[in-house]
Amino acid sequence: MPQKNKTKELLKLENICMSFGKVKALENISLTIKQGEIHSVIGPNGAGKTVMMNCINGLYRPQQGNVIYKGCQINHLKPYKRARLGMARTFQKVEVFGGMTVLDNIRLGRHIHLKSGIFSGALYLGKTAREELEHRKFIEERIIDLLEIEHIRDKSVGMLPYGLQKRVELGRALALDPDLLILDEPLAGLNLEEVEDMARFIIDINEEEQWKVTCLLVEHDMGVVMDLSDRIFVLNFGNMIMDGPPKEVQGHPEVIKAYLGEEDLYATRR
Amino acid sequence: MQPDAEKKDYLAPLEKGVEVSKDMTIPKLFLEKAKLYGHTRVAMREKEFGIWRPITWEDYLQNVKEIAYGLVSLGLKKGDKVSMIGDNRPEGLWAEMAAMCTGGIGVWLFQDSLIDEVKYIIDHSDTVYLFAEGQEEVDKALSIFHECPKLKKIIWDDPKGMRNYKQDCLISLKELQARGREMETQKPRLFDELIQKGQGDEVALLFYTSGTTSLPKGALLSHYNMLTMGNNLMAVDPLKPGDDYVSFLPFAWIGEQMMSVSCGIKVGYTINFPEEPDTAQNNIREIGPHVLFAPPRMYEQMVRTVQVKHLDSSWIKRHLYSLANKIGYFVADLKFSNQPVPIYWSALEWLAYISVQKKLKDHLGLSRIRNAYTGGAAMGPDHFRFFHSLGVNLKQIYGQTEIAGISIAHRSGDIKFDTVGQPIPGTEIKLSPDGEIMARSPSVFLGYYKNDRATQKTLVDGWLFSGDRGFIDDDGHVVVFDRTKDVMTLKDGRPFSPQYLETRLKFSPFIMDSWVIGDRRDYVTAVICIDYAVVGNWADQYKLTYTSYPELSQKIEVYDLIEKQIQTANKDLPEPAQIYKFINLYKTLDADDDELTRTRKLRRTFVHQRYEDIINSLYADDDSVHIDTTITYEDGRKSKIKTDLHIRKL
Repeated sequence: MPQKNKTKELLKLENICMSFGKVKALENISLTIKQGEIHSVIGPNGAGKTVMMNCINGLYRPQQGNVIYKGCQINHLKPYKRARLGMARTFQKVEVFGGMTVLDNIRLGRHIHLKSGIFSGALYLGKTAREELEHRKFIEERIIDLLEIEHIRDKSVGMLPYGLQKRVELGRALALDPDLLILDEPLAGLNLEEVEDMARFIIDINEEEQWKVTCLLVEHDMGVVMDLSDRIFVLNFGNMIMDGPPKEVQGHPEVIKAYLGEEDLYATRR
Repeated sequence: MQPDAEKKDYLAPLEKGVEVSKDMTIPKLFLEKAKLYGHTRVAMREKEFGIWRPITWEDYLQNVKEIAYGLVSLGLKKGDKVSMIGDNRPEGLWAEMAAMCTGGIGVWLFQDSLIDEVKYIIDHSDTVYLFAEGQEEVDKALSIFHECPKLKKIIWDDPKGMRNYKQDCLISLKELQARGREMETQKPRLFDELIQKGQGDEVALLFYTSGTTSLPKGALLSHYNMLTMGNNLMAVDPLKPGDDYVSFLPFAWIGEQMMSVSCGIKVGYTINFPEEPDTAQNNIREIGPHVLFAPPRMYEQMVRTVQVKHLDSSWIKRHLYSLANKIGYFVADLKFSNQPVPIYWSALEWLAYISVQKKLKDHLGLSRIRNAYTGGAAMGPDHFRFFHSLGVNLKQIYGQTEIAGISIAHRSGDIKFDTVGQPIPGTEIKLSPDGEIMARSPSVFLGYYKNDRATQKTLVDGWLFSGDRGFIDDDGHVVVFDRTKDVMTLKDGRPFSPQYLETRLKFSPFIMDSWVIGDRRDYVTAVICIDYAVVGNWADQYKLTYTSYPELSQKIEVYDLIEKQIQTANKDLPEPAQIYKFINLYKTLDADDDELTRTRKLRRTFVHQRYEDIINSLYADDDSVHIDTTITYEDGRKSKIKTDLHIRKL
């Protein structure tokens, strides 16, 4: 893999605290994600990974601390406004529209970029038609081709196997043309072949000239995490254990104790 | 029917073959057509990014020209081998045509070939340039590059995933074409000159046969071979320049070359390329081709789809379908026996057509079909009747790679489903004293590459020995019995074709593959591979739980189901030929395991060795056979399988 030169900060968490009643889900969490990298967050179940993602994309508001995105503090921005700033997300359990086709699900992710109003849309005037053609081109040439879902384009998503639904969800997130992509356990529940495909898509999204998307990856599959990530952030019961490149993480005694040691639970699939 | 070799051992060509000048080559004909049609006609269409995109003859010519110049700039010399591997796409055909235009020889590899197979063919054929579609093919090529010293450059065209490949031996098609354009400005007449230098009897293609018994052999086919075959087939069933054809079967199969190159260039019809292999069936429906040529497995799959959908549909639809089916079969049988169809049956047929068959044909992509051909393997009579009952003019084609694809075919209006028809114009057929089918025609190949012994065995005084046993019936139709070496002897001493029984079994939608054993044994047995999707669906309906193919295949209920299918296939067979015992295999037969050829023909000797334990148990008093084996996945991982397979007696 070519050496990436990442210096520009894209997202910064400063001393984030979040508790639910007496349960402290996140305690003084600070994290910096640089543009162009794949930054993973690992930790045992209940470590607070998903809470952290929810704080980033705006589903939760942190009780203390700051979320800084592209240099602006966005603590109070609603999720859809954050999406407008180029932040996209997939979920641990797929959240797709089962009754709609694959194409419609992906088109929905493109909604934010639609400029035509309701009237010109109804009349389908020249400008609107041209705009739609452009969006179509984007979806077909960049998303469907990348994710190899040509054969299910017109199938309704609810009828598809789980692995393909995950791909559709990724497609919808990509339709946003994001700068930061938050992937919450994209490999959970997939078989080996699907894991390999998904890992390849993540690398492509991160490296291909036309995408170059910064990825924040939450994942349990250590083999994939170690191979893909530029940096890994380790979380345990709301506390940061360490943040560093895969090699350092693998050798860190506390990480091994808290996480990697539990071979039975989180054994890598290789 | 008994072989009647004595009386009718020689069948003179029915019609005189179409004359093709020895001077003519495929590139010359291509240039002629491209200049004639220019931008007024569509030569190809490819579905890309969800839209069918046309490529005119002018574009076709321009692309071939650029690639040809590009190859010359890389240093291609006359007689150099140029190999291609990848899915069906315009770029593949351009590369092949460009290779032929510059005096090179085209070699196609199956897209799913394993690394060893790729290495064998690249090395044996002395390939100098290899067109590999994308990352997957490039990976294969790179892993063998150092073991094939003759190989100079690998050309790729799909940029996906190729961003980190910087090896010197790689060049992108775009770059090659850019080089070609540059050279074209310097030597604008070179392309035409190279084409005009070509002669008809020079080698155009080197074709590797699938080889059911041994390593693949390379058959050398000349321009003259390919063109005479195309001309003679088109003389039987003419196609028009505006017609549509869908190219979705591997180019490494001679049948696809026959339609896309020989006939395609001769007629100038439009060749359509599907978006992805997975979308082929849908894309065929969108195009509605006028002609289709596919091996039986494709038609078998269509029948299976219809049968399964029929089982899942509503009461009224099921009954309408059954009624239309009865009418269809009755009328088809009248036509098969050359009897006139009474007017009231014609009326009923019309009703069946507008109510059911029209829609069904549309779903299968057969709504505009004039001629559908099957070839490459035997097709069961039940499948054959099925398509005729729908009004699809399905015909058998018989031939080998060594005769450029085809020597015998059915004629419209004279179709018998147990024969392969009559020789195409310019082809003579006779039987050897042992009943082996022999053919002589201008399309008979030049010989095997670097294998004179095999050539001498196959080609004697211009006659091609097919290796198939058969006979000629009273109407002059050729009946292919089976491969000579596969013909079984039953316990009563009669010869019997295992393939015949296997194709009968495959008419059941639940059976994916079958393998019939019984040569000089007391009874006939079968090894069955269930169709995972169809049987799985059936199991869901009956609330049977299973987690994997091995488990599903060993369910008692599944055995009961398969037993019923075998009983149906056993019907009308003489007692010694009936299947007496069967076993469900724990996996499907696979070309990657060497059990099938790349065109999905059973490699009997190999499976016989591999599953010897199973055969022994089938002919002993055992109720089950214990399996303890290792299977290797495509990526090299291995896993152990331990299971007991039941044996069922009928």
